[in-house]
Amino acid sequence: MTLEILGITVLGVFLFGYIIIASIDFGAGFFNAFSTVTGKEHILTKVIQRYLSPVWEVTNVFLVFFFVGIIGFFPKTAYYYGSTLLVPVSIAVILLAIRGAYYAFTTYGGLKHKRYTILYGLTGLFIPASLSIVLTISEGGFVTMEKSGPVLDYWALFTSPLSWSIVVLSLTSVLYISAVFLTWYAQKAKDRAAANLLRKYALVWAGPAIITATGIIVEMKDHNPEHYQRLVDVWWLFGLSVILFAGTVFLLWKRLAYGLAFGLLTGQFTFAFLAYGISHYPYLMYPYLTIYDSFTNKAMATALVIAFIAGLCLLLPSLYLLLRLFLFNKDYVQGNRNDHA
Amino acid sequence: MGNGDSVFFSRVLTELTLSFHIIYATIGVGVPLMIMIAQWVGIKKNDEHYILLARRWTRGFVITVAVGVVTGTAIGLQLSLLWPNFMELAGNTIALPLFMETFAFFFEAIFLGIYIYTWDRFKNQKKHLLLLIPVALGASFSAIFITIVNAFMNAPQGFDLVNGELVNVSPLLAMFNPAMPSKVAHVVVTAYMTSAFVLASIGAFRLLKGSNHEYHKKALLLTMKLGLIFSIATAVIGDFSGKYLAEYQPEKLAAAEWHFETEAGAPLILYGVLDNGEVKYALKVPFGLSILAHSNPNAKVIGLDQFSKEDVPPLYIHYLFDLMVTIGMWLIFLSLVYLVGTWKKWPFIFSKWFRWLMVLGGPFSIIAIEAGWWLDEVGRQPWVLRGIMRTKDAATASGHVDTMLWLFAGLYLILGIGSAFVLWRMFRKNPVEQELADRAADKAGDMK
Repeated sequence: MTLEILGITVLGVFLFGYIIIASIDFGAGFFNAFSTVTGKEHILTKVIQRYLSPVWEVTNVFLVFFFVGIIGFFPKTAYYYGSTLLVPVSIAVILLAIRGAYYAFTTYGGLKHKRYTILYGLTGLFIPASLSIVLTISEGGFVTMEKSGPVLDYWALFTSPLSWSIVVLSLTSVLYISAVFLTWYAQKAKDRAAANLLRKYALVWAGPAIITATGIIVEMKDHNPEHYQRLVDVWWLFGLSVILFAGTVFLLWKRLAYGLAFGLLTGQFTFAFLAYGISHYPYLMYPYLTIYDSFTNKAMATALVIAFIAGLCLLLPSLYLLLRLFLFNKDYVQGNRNDHA
Repeated sequence: MGNGDSVFFSRVLTELTLSFHIIYATIGVGVPLMIMIAQWVGIKKNDEHYILLARRWTRGFVITVAVGVVTGTAIGLQLSLLWPNFMELAGNTIALPLFMETFAFFFEAIFLGIYIYTWDRFKNQKKHLLLLIPVALGASFSAIFITIVNAFMNAPQGFDLVNGELVNVSPLLAMFNPAMPSKVAHVVVTAYMTSAFVLASIGAFRLLKGSNHEYHKKALLLTMKLGLIFSIATAVIGDFSGKYLAEYQPEKLAAAEWHFETEAGAPLILYGVLDNGEVKYALKVPFGLSILAHSNPNAKVIGLDQFSKEDVPPLYIHYLFDLMVTIGMWLIFLSLVYLVGTWKKWPFIFSKWFRWLMVLGGPFSIIAIEAGWWLDEVGRQPWVLRGIMRTKDAATASGHVDTMLWLFAGLYLILGIGSAFVLWRMFRKNPVEQELADRAADKAGDMK
């Protein structure tokens, strides 16, 4: 295990954590808005609010952690990605800002209006779309090296079927992940109506999520043959992922063990993410940047790893406490307590 | 858009983001400590009012935290988007405190969520106090770590540049650079001071607007006491900062003080205007600058004549220095008069005009914070890393920065108006008298 691999693994864990937590968050906002439009808000809003309130801040931290960490371990990414991503990431930041601020304004400040709920729901779909562009760019073919530095070819990006497929994948996965999680959460809350509605959403989005994921592997064949070859090499990981996916859908269909269903879903995405990550190795941005030529100096890498371990010793117990108090506290989840300040 | 334009717009956008963020960030660092102190006083005095004070502050604090978090995320990403070359170098040398800042922030976020959502869950108020400690610690530590990064930009060390290559990097040396102690202390203490005066503003305002409740009087007295302590500490540490500049960044001190000729027994120039290189209408304190810089009236202070033109920062920073120091001194004076007056029962302390002065204390201290940061940042120009990298070489070559500037300006306008409106409504709709009555009713209901 070299330091480079360790560094990228650490970042991968946080990116994955962000993908799962943020998906739940973005999807919840969307379903909340959707139910407002279709007149079913009385079913969903309570459950969703109760889950989101104590954790909304923590979600954002995962993202900050990832981008600060990648600059730390791989400083050259600041040059390659920073120069090219100005517009898409700025848009994502603005949407995140509107979303985060309005969440606090409505939850704590009592701004209650349909307009805000819908705005909030829509930003949750645009953010994953604008952030997924980063994954697209990492596949190569959209950045050219000019004298002034790396330049992003927007036209190529916007007309590429690959970038649109990745956008669609991010949307379908977001909705699928959050629907499954919230089904389980609603069931824990003994809120049968919400659980039934969310189960429906989960089953609706399961198909599109798996189809787009498969489609992207096929598209990779034309776009980046080298990456495609490596994807095929780890076919068995994708196979495991599909089996777990089938398990999740089966449990939802039969209305069995929603907690286990969410566990299988996490497993499904873990394997898929792992397979994608392994096949991406060693590139951070094809073909200019690998994890080896962009890695920081040894002294800094060691310091970061030590800081990371020390930080985890602080964070894991705190996170556990948070989960104990809110996610796994029966009284809180079922709404028998009203303890907020 | 040429590269010159990119540099200009990148600088404007960074300044805009940071100027907006610092208002919320400062409150975010200082207020948790105030909340914790109020909770602690409430337990010690067994006084319901202080516990309620802590909680009402927390409710408002959540709104400012939200804006602080999202604008902090914005600046965090903008650093890489607008200054890719700088961040590449900084990543190699100063990533450690950047990384630790996210940990501190994480820690604070978790416990703030817990504190807000366990309201009245524990019978014992001490448990709520225990939850507030990590919030206050996390907030202060994130300020400490991020200020270390800024200190490094003023006094880069802990690496060698050999033919443009970085070698011998020492993350700890980069962290513990000479600028760090005075800068970190100054930032943290001014954040406490500003928060105390902002909260005092609220108390004074409620008293002005006809509420004569005991609760607001207690709040005002507590925050003014804290304000006095922290503003005196600010002045002392500010003096250290001046001595640091004389030693390590003489060009910043000389530009801030309009000190053009190197001389012994240098006078301190207060106020005044610059007219074709002539200083007019200024107050001169004989030997003041030598005392400020070296604690010795006859010490020699380096002037701008020692530096080549392209290394001299803009001279308008003198006005920022004056503004910051004047406000700091004024607030020490104001809080001292208030506390002595309360103790001696001077009648004018309770007059309308004096309360208005206290209401203005909060906005003034925020203006001082802004002036101080502009002084610090503009005073480092033309360098982004003093002596290592010039600002114009660090900026992105992208041609879209001007468009992004408009987008972000719109965003901050919305967030600024939105947060002000929400805070206003929150406290207007739920005055403390109402809340105390509600709580009493709740308690009576529990007894049945």
